[in-house]
Amino acid sequence: MSDTSLKILIVDQSEMRASVLEAGLREAGYDRVTILRDMQNLLRRIVDANPDVICIDLENPQRDVLEQMFQVSRLVHRPVAMFVNQSDAQSMAAAIEAGVGAYVVDGLRKERVKAIVDLAISRFNAFDRLTQELSTTRRALDERKLTDRAKGILMKQRNCTEEEAFSLMRTTAMNENLRVAEVAQHIITAANLPR
Amino acid sequence: MMTREIVAGFVPLLDCAILVAASERGFARAEGLELILVRETSWANIRDRVIVGHFDVAHMLGPMALASSLGLGHLQVPMIAPIALGLGGNAITVSTDLWRQMVFHGASAGGATAPQGKALAAVIRERARSGASPLAFAMVYPFSCHNYELRYWLAASGIDPDRDLNLIVLPPPLLVSAMRENQIDGFCVGEPWNSLAVDSGVGCIVTATSDVWRRSPEKVLGMRTDWAQLHPEETAALIRACYRAAEWCASPANRIELAALLAQSKYINAPQEVLQRGLTGNLRVTDSDSTVHRPEFLLFAPHLATRPSKSHAIWFYAQMLRWAQAAPTPWAARAAQDIYRPDLYRLALANFRTAPPTEEMSIIPGDDFFDEQEFDPREFLGSRQD
Repeated sequence: MSDTSLKILIVDQSEMRASVLEAGLREAGYDRVTILRDMQNLLRRIVDANPDVICIDLENPQRDVLEQMFQVSRLVHRPVAMFVNQSDAQSMAAAIEAGVGAYVVDGLRKERVKAIVDLAISRFNAFDRLTQELSTTRRALDERKLTDRAKGILMKQRNCTEEEAFSLMRTTAMNENLRVAEVAQHIITAANLPR
Repeated sequence: MMTREIVAGFVPLLDCAILVAASERGFARAEGLELILVRETSWANIRDRVIVGHFDVAHMLGPMALASSLGLGHLQVPMIAPIALGLGGNAITVSTDLWRQMVFHGASAGGATAPQGKALAAVIRERARSGASPLAFAMVYPFSCHNYELRYWLAASGIDPDRDLNLIVLPPPLLVSAMRENQIDGFCVGEPWNSLAVDSGVGCIVTATSDVWRRSPEKVLGMRTDWAQLHPEETAALIRACYRAAEWCASPANRIELAALLAQSKYINAPQEVLQRGLTGNLRVTDSDSTVHRPEFLLFAPHLATRPSKSHAIWFYAQMLRWAQAAPTPWAARAAQDIYRPDLYRLALANFRTAPPTEEMSIIPGDDFFDEQEFDPREFLGSRQD
């Protein structure tokens, strides 16, 4: 059996992240990948998928459920935690850092699975960076909207140009050691105070 | 004095109270510690993040520290528990449907634990006769006091937890909805989850585990053995901070403040009034407003509640053997005696006016168990010269 014929099950609450990992695995030649998002009948569905390797996101409270199932169920081929000796400590730290846990069927040589776990770690990390970038972009957009609204308020109150309004906000921000968006928020709040 | 930052993981349950109080009410800072609490969603994560060093210490199930030291189901990493985070605090809850059947067989709201068990046994026998599928009960983790207390009660009531019902793991936040959807018929868990099941009309509390085993062990402050060896001063400071925090939590005058603190979304995120029930031991057991008073439901300080007792650790080991989670070896028996560290506890508190007495490995009296069977840790270890 070639390594790319290993059956992989992804248990992830985030549909998007699971797809990112699946795509990565398929690119690397692993085409027997199943994604489990819905946690109903977890055991039945694991039995049906009969995986060699299981990847689970660590924010998932079902992780404790999986560990128990693996210990007691005679239906699944006893998966064990990926990291069972001290020499794995570094990969384990990397996996936990990335937020992914891995279980492999007992008896499967760990070297055969390492590529899959490394891939999961890098995809989880990439997904995390992507999410962070998205939220930074979103925040920048929100801040721009705030600044525009505050500019409008100042222009009306002080009867000044847009440039003058912005320059006033920037100077205040510098003097008060605040960000322009924070000054804008103050201006909007003040303008909305009940009179 | 330099402030040393300590990162502690916790799971949102009522018995994270001591850590929250230590962090929020200045007990940690008084010991030169900046205690940073990080909420976790699973016990496996708690274990793993202690192992890789994301957490210095954690709110941990007592048996988990032992399971990790024995390498059960996972990487073998020695851990210790130099202070306990309270006694008791769990309850066994069944679905309202199962409760009705149990009442038919003699169970009663707030009734004694033994007849409640007999009633459940009767329901199970009846189901077996009629060919109905076995009941499903849930607990939170295989290496937990919840698992062992539930099994203890079932077995002493004539129910084989491995044959007569399905015993599964479910995380606390999913228990109430799983019961509503008839996926489970009962569970054993810490507060506030029993009370929340009662309030939402899906469950009835059969018994507090303080009625199964009075003053039973629960969570501990767990840490890697090598972390404690590398950081003896921080370990001692943590013991003192938690000890002070436990006294604060135990004082009735602070209960309202404590409940308000824990109710916050960053901690337990549950209604303050519901948390009060576990803190006071006034439990609402059915939705027809039957309330029981169990003053020793959850103990933070009285009865040496924070002293890590070796007798308790040996009891865990005995349960691991009883339920075939571990194989008996002299090495495992030794490890079970070395997990709980009353010596470090006593050393850290040596200058306290209220310093606790030294612990002898003592017999847990029959009076403490609902089936009146005493547990003698020495005799147990002596009988297992495997």
